[in-house]
Amino acid sequence: MSMPTPPNAPRLIVIGNGMVGHHLIEQLVELGAHRQYAIIVFGEERHPAYDRVHLSEYFSGRDAQSLALSSTDYYAEHGIELRIHDSVTAIDRDTNEVVTESGRHPYDRLVLATGSYPFVPPIPGNDREKCLVYRTLDDLDAIREAAEDATTGVVVGGGLLGLEAANALRGLNLDTAVVEFAPRLMPMQVDAEGGKLLREKIEALGVQVLTDRATQRIEAGETSFHRMVFQDDKMLETDLIVFSAGIRPRDQLARDCALEIGERGGVVIDDRCLTSDPAILAVGEVALWNQSIFGLVAPGYQMAKVAAATLTEGDATFTGADMSTKLKLLGVDVGAIGDAHGDRTPGARTFRYLDEIKQEYRKLVVSSDAKKLLGAMLVGDNATYDTLMQYYANGLELPEDPASLILPSSDGAPTLGPDALPETATICSCHNVTKGDICATLDDGALDLASVKGETKASTGCGGCAALLKSVVDHELEARGVEVDQSLCEHFAHTRQELYSIVRVEGIKTFSELIEKHGTTTGHGLGSSSAPKLGSSSAPKLGCDICKPAVASILAACFNEPITDAAHVPLQDTNDTFMANMQKNGTYSVVPRIPGGEITPEKLIVLGEVGKKYGLYTKITGGQRVDLFGAQLHQLPDIWGELIEAGFETGHAYGKATRTVKSCVGSTWCRYGVQDSVGMAIRLEERYKGLRSPHKLKFAVSGCTRECAEAQSKDVGVIATEHGWNLYVCGNGGMRPRHAELFATDLDDAQLIRTIDRFLMFYIRTADRLQRTSVWRENLDGGLAYLKDVVLDDSLGLGDALEAQMQHVIDTYECEWANTLSSPEKLTRFRTFVNDSRPDPDIIVTEERGQLRPA
Amino acid sequence: MNTATALKSEVTWQTLCAKADLVAHSGVAAWLDGTDTQVALLYLPGRTPEIYAVANHDPFSNANVLARGIVGDIKGEPVIASPLYKQHFRLRDGVCVEDESVHLRTWEVKIEGNDVMIST
Repeated sequence: MSMPTPPNAPRLIVIGNGMVGHHLIEQLVELGAHRQYAIIVFGEERHPAYDRVHLSEYFSGRDAQSLALSSTDYYAEHGIELRIHDSVTAIDRDTNEVVTESGRHPYDRLVLATGSYPFVPPIPGNDREKCLVYRTLDDLDAIREAAEDATTGVVVGGGLLGLEAANALRGLNLDTAVVEFAPRLMPMQVDAEGGKLLREKIEALGVQVLTDRATQRIEAGETSFHRMVFQDDKMLETDLIVFSAGIRPRDQLARDCALEIGERGGVVIDDRCLTSDPAILAVGEVALWNQSIFGLVAPGYQMAKVAAATLTEGDATFTGADMSTKLKLLGVDVGAIGDAHGDRTPGARTFRYLDEIKQEYRKLVVSSDAKKLLGAMLVGDNATYDTLMQYYANGLELPEDPASLILPSSDGAPTLGPDALPETATICSCHNVTKGDICATLDDGALDLASVKGETKASTGCGGCAALLKSVVDHELEARGVEVDQSLCEHFAHTRQELYSIVRVEGIKTFSELIEKHGTTTGHGLGSSSAPKLGSSSAPKLGCDICKPAVASILAACFNEPITDAAHVPLQDTNDTFMANMQKNGTYSVVPRIPGGEITPEKLIVLGEVGKKYGLYTKITGGQRVDLFGAQLHQLPDIWGELIEAGFETGHAYGKATRTVKSCVGSTWCRYGVQDSVGMAIRLEERYKGLRSPHKLKFAVSGCTRECAEAQSKDVGVIATEHGWNLYVCGNGGMRPRHAELFATDLDDAQLIRTIDRFLMFYIRTADRLQRTSVWRENLDGGLAYLKDVVLDDSLGLGDALEAQMQHVIDTYECEWANTLSSPEKLTRFRTFVNDSRPDPDIIVTEERGQLRPA
Repeated sequence: MNTATALKSEVTWQTLCAKADLVAHSGVAAWLDGTDTQVALLYLPGRTPEIYAVANHDPFSNANVLARGIVGDIKGEPVIASPLYKQHFRLRDGVCVEDESVHLRTWEVKIEGNDVMIST
């Protein structure tokens, strides 16, 4: 909590709560200005500041909350009044008041952070229904609504924002076209060669690209809602149109109160962000500095920092900003650094590299003596961006052969390691964090990437510097002798991944052998040598509740011996030990497998009868099964005897293992279904049942793109297409939902199964303990592209081994409950008391809604 | 050893269950005869001592489940982890590692021939 603002404090009003407006507040708070001023912030939108850079992710899984940059709590905590959804309608400079829908508010200082609005070209018909823009969350909601009964969409504008908008339309499953006035896409960032490549790549994604097209008018269509008519009377019909043809400063308030405005718009500011009225400042995309509007977030943040200094008598100045940018548009890397076209510096020379097979284009613009980098352009691969940016931003001398910087890396391109960067090198341009700043936080005791990010905010803006930041932090930590301890627990100085390899390579089949040979020597030293010192201790190490289940899972994935065998029983969590899920009163719930959620009436009746006979609370699960709660330990064998008699198998609801394959009813019944989703779900569930993994695995199969099985929230999601199956991977519901990513398209049955085999086994081999596929994927170096390389292109040559290992698990499947019931010895474990047959008297139940529950 | 124990005249040993009822490196629950007390018996063959007895009642969840936890060690000290909320209790004296103000009742216990004996 901050100190209260003094009662007669000067009043500071900020108009606009976008990314830059919010950044200004953060800068002011950092300088303590919230104690000097009474601050009111007006935001026109319904949401407090959110991340507009990643707006298109709104259609691929992120919601308004996850895009939020801050919370209303942050404002309240610092005594700042945030009035969102309250538009400012006028500025009265005679009385120094701001007029809003809610009334008049006096100011001593005023900051305009109103940003920009999307430019809509003056085309007749541009005001038709379903002609939309792409700028705010509300715009996106409007687009989503309009897309509900649309099949096609057109984006007018092929620049950065236009391609972002096209991505959003694809996210809504619309057939998408981009119409650009210029002869190529992204004319600001790329040249003709790069534009051609970019176009090919984007067309390959199924997005139609029309360049050199000036739209003459928009009218009612014949086959679709709109018809766009172009200069040569060619036409295009579409259901919805999004204008994304550039931005214009939102300077109307400033115009109305007669502040100085640039010829082509924008509130004129000086180096201290002051407008022609020294009581008023402007920052971000509304501000015109040196005849330029800066339409990127980093320069806006710099202005916010300068404005905060100006408001607190500091002396920072804005001296222009670098417009270099690194983007991923529709999955295509595009980068532009400095003078990328080479037309701003006399005598500039270029190096160019074009690979039409891999579809990569890189261009260097260098000084006439080839010593300095003036600019660069990248299409198709931004891997070299960070290095080039450092040469450019820090004026580093280029290597003798500058071309080596853009040639394929197999030629041994010299990499600019983090140690080669000067202390002044800017690592994060959004928050202006230098290598020196990062080193300072490490010197102050930060020990990992997360704390460096927390301290400096580096990589929390556009995120483009994430890889560079990590390499700098890793390098500097290493230089300081910090070693990150990745031991599984005190008994093993190995990661799960390492233990997995040890088990496989040495063929170790029991926990006792593993801890004997590879456990830590004393059980005390975390991270100490793993060399075994046999006989050093009279008491053999026992392991613990971390390493035992982790090793049990590894052994099961490698050898698949029954977990009910005597050597494996003590390793399991209670749920696996008794093959049921322990509930809060110590009783268990029972979930038989119902593959694909398909069940005969006869079997459903058996479930009802068993539930009734044993007094079990009965509930339908989210995975299309039936959960029977309240069984005591000694009742489990009887219950399972009846279930197995009726043809059920164990459902592994208790294990870190394949859980369910959810399905919608698919083409056998549904009028929209294009494939037999139930059939495929059953096939997958039968195949992968019993597979143990680092964490639970959930699957789903949908019979068409309506996605009724919610496959995109699963570890493995399959969605039927006209031609086969699309595979999505690494989704998650739960605490931190994550949409699955499209991994492969139009697979036939055999391809689908082979791909899932490899994917799952690669996950099982390489994930950490209790790491779901979603987190594993986010931590995977090289990301989705790497995963595709390994699984689809077999870049590691592991494909056959992964498939063979999966086949072994499948071939050795056995229902664990059937296995147990056939062994009188194993059954002896299922006793509530070994010396008495009565039930646990402390389990007390009460009735609610006609069923029993714990009292 | 047996002789020495027998000399403690207050201590009476009673047979609780058979050795064959135990599960190696794991636990089972037993009733303490004539009481309303449940005992968790943890059996660690090859170690000294090879068997421990602690209360089966988990004070954090109020469920009788500790016999169904995982037996392990923390820095060499044998412990049982609650299967519900995962607190660890030292087998030697029942003290909870995460909160030393909480402890389980413990009993002396031994294996003699085919019998598991507990002192009351």
